[in-house]
Amino acid sequence: MAKRAVPEINAGSMADIAFLLLIFFLVTTTMNTDFGITRILPPPVKNKNATVDVKDRNVMKILINSHDLLLVNGKPGNLNTLAQDVVKFMTPHPNDSRYPEVKEEYFPQLGKKVMMTKGIVSLKNDRGTSYKMYIEVQNELAKAFDILKNQESIKYFGLPYKDLVGKKKKALINKLVPIRISEAEPENVGGGK
Amino acid sequence: MLEEESNMAKFKTSKKEESQSINTASLPDIIFMLLFFFMVTVHMRESTMLVKVTLPEASEVQKLEKKSLVSYIYIGEPVNTAKYGDNPRIQLNDAFATVADIPQFVARERQARPEAERSMLTFALKVDQNTKMGVVSDVKQELRKSNALKINYSTRKVTHTNY
Repeated sequence: MAKRAVPEINAGSMADIAFLLLIFFLVTTTMNTDFGITRILPPPVKNKNATVDVKDRNVMKILINSHDLLLVNGKPGNLNTLAQDVVKFMTPHPNDSRYPEVKEEYFPQLGKKVMMTKGIVSLKNDRGTSYKMYIEVQNELAKAFDILKNQESIKYFGLPYKDLVGKKKKALINKLVPIRISEAEPENVGGGK
Repeated sequence: MLEEESNMAKFKTSKKEESQSINTASLPDIIFMLLFFFMVTVHMRESTMLVKVTLPEASEVQKLEKKSLVSYIYIGEPVNTAKYGDNPRIQLNDAFATVADIPQFVARERQARPEAERSMLTFALKVDQNTKMGVVSDVKQELRKSNALKINYSTRKVTHTNY
């Protein structure tokens, strides 16, 4: 059968048009990925006067004043050692009255009881505190809880937290190391606006 | 000629041969595919910035996963300080706002999402590092009241902090 030449549209320039569009999108759009520290705010309180009784030894009080100075448990704090202090505080120390109380909790995934600390990190800032300092402190706290998560993760799975595969394992570690940060309502003692 | 030369090859059987050219008909498809990939993955900045925001630095950060489930609240000094002064202001979408506008903003952002995903809505606070915590706290309290509890302090990622 004789072949008939099918008239073809020259599509050679189509690629150029598509390239042009592609380059336009590449130039105009920003590929910035957003990073940040994710936190869950406590639900709104119904009764403002209701106070929760927490034993003094269970709370690590971190205060940031309007001059961006730290006060940890009544003593001037240092940002460089804050993460280590929090790790020490939040690690369960049974039978040591200087550290928070511990309670045993049963984990069906592990099939055994695990010592859990009752410690809470309380973060209080002034209205005059700079956001930069606040984030630095939050970052240190995040670092501390990351260290704690890694410790548990290596203990049970032999891998650091970020290398864990599977949601179940991560969820278990998150349950073993709850992020116990309490944020008090800010005070206006430093006279900042 | 080229045709004669290629005829010398043993495995060529066809008598008449046209000059070889690569078929480029599928090239646009490939480029379009790339184009669509970029169009889908890339995130367009939807609001013009009315406030200057230099994000603080942090090392222990998480990536914000689903862009469609993130609403942004900007706080910082206005870009146009001559007109708006240099007090930190809140920007929601395309306009300045006050703390009192936040519940409405939260409600609107929730409305814009499918019902199943509303509980996963994250509010990302893009706050300038020199802002005082007072206004940030007010915003946080307002978010708490509106039951928008999942928040994210947007930061720049650094691998090590320099202090």
